[in-house]
Amino acid sequence: METVAEPIAPSRGPMAPRPFHVVRRRRETADTWTLELEPAEGEPLDVAPGQFTMLYAFGIGEVPISVSGDPAGPLVHTVRAVGAVTAAVCASRPGDVLGVRGPFGNAWPVEAAEGSDVVIVAGGIGLAPLRPALYEVLRRREEFGEVVVLYGSRTPGDLLFRRELERWRGRFDLQVAVTVDRGLDGWRGEVGVVPKLVADARFDPDSAVAMVCGPEIMMRFAADALLRRGLPAAQVHVSMERNMRCGLGHCGHCQLGPTLICRDGPVYTWDAVEPRLAVREL
Amino acid sequence: MQTIDELIGEGLVFRGMSPEALELLCGCGSNVRFTDGERLLREGEEANVFYVIRHGRVSLEAFDSARGAVSIETIGEGEVLGWSWLFPPYRWHLDARAIGLVRATRFDAACLREKCEQDPTFGYDLMSRFAQVLIERLESTQLRLLDVYGNGR
Repeated sequence: METVAEPIAPSRGPMAPRPFHVVRRRRETADTWTLELEPAEGEPLDVAPGQFTMLYAFGIGEVPISVSGDPAGPLVHTVRAVGAVTAAVCASRPGDVLGVRGPFGNAWPVEAAEGSDVVIVAGGIGLAPLRPALYEVLRRREEFGEVVVLYGSRTPGDLLFRRELERWRGRFDLQVAVTVDRGLDGWRGEVGVVPKLVADARFDPDSAVAMVCGPEIMMRFAADALLRRGLPAAQVHVSMERNMRCGLGHCGHCQLGPTLICRDGPVYTWDAVEPRLAVREL
Repeated sequence: MQTIDELIGEGLVFRGMSPEALELLCGCGSNVRFTDGERLLREGEEANVFYVIRHGRVSLEAFDSARGAVSIETIGEGEVLGWSWLFPPYRWHLDARAIGLVRATRFDAACLREKCEQDPTFGYDLMSRFAQVLIERLESTQLRLLDVYGNGR
């Protein structure tokens, strides 16, 4: 009797990427693209604001990328092409397939901020991981106090989600301030660093929750500005970035002192993370 | 209607100044307004004033023949515009242009320098407050020099 080997079922362990089709691709800036992805098969991902996935460009490599879309919608990532993998991800077109693992990590404290003022401070590509939190807050707008969005970028041409920013600025229930480091091309908006915007924002420091994301130096200055306004360090939340590889807390590449960012983070309170940032060996 | 003393005393820079010092300061001040695009300062001209912005925004600009006017920083409500009046050669090194309607209080520099000479306590208070402004602008400039949003290339 002829025997036929059973086909080996594809692994669905956490280290195996799931194939996702690129459905839409939109250019945000000269080097940054937003991709909408849908699973080739199976259920869509259930992602909380602030979480990230490991995006795999087949044959090139894998990178951790924060989710930038509406948690109630499809999987959306905003990716800046800074290396071989991110360049390949950005170059993918509708119909192409990317591998996705995750989602990994913890979330922005949107639930905990209910009843409080919310201050979102973003720098550069850091607006992308904060956008899902803002979508969530705006969906339940009446459950929060003042909502403030402070955003800084290098130049006007580097601003992400420009149309959305303009829409948000037009709302009466949202304070939006945007600044750039260099005001070129007839820019009539603010020129200066984003921590400077903190001083003029209207919020109650006794009851506000801040969510900060951007380059680490910018987050240090922004947290300092928030603390000077009177926010307790435990109410300031930052999203940390290190060399995330496995996403599961196994490999140790993203260790920061006693914590693994992929597993315990990426969102930390400032009082928890600030002492570790002062240790240069970490 | 608020007096200049009240308006300036409530601002970020001069908050907490004694009523006597505020009176000395505001004795050299007058309220002014500028329309969109109007210059408050011009590079190379004598620095004989400074402003406290009460409404609107001002763009600090450097002129480059290749790129035109490049905005270096914007100064908003409650902030001080101009410190070249403090030290010789008393010349502006940047332009300042109104973005939209700007209301400000303009202070006469010669008048203030004279009061600082006559009253060192007042002079020290004023210089301390300007030093704080200078530190904040320097820190802001240092942060931008780091080009934190660049991609490292």
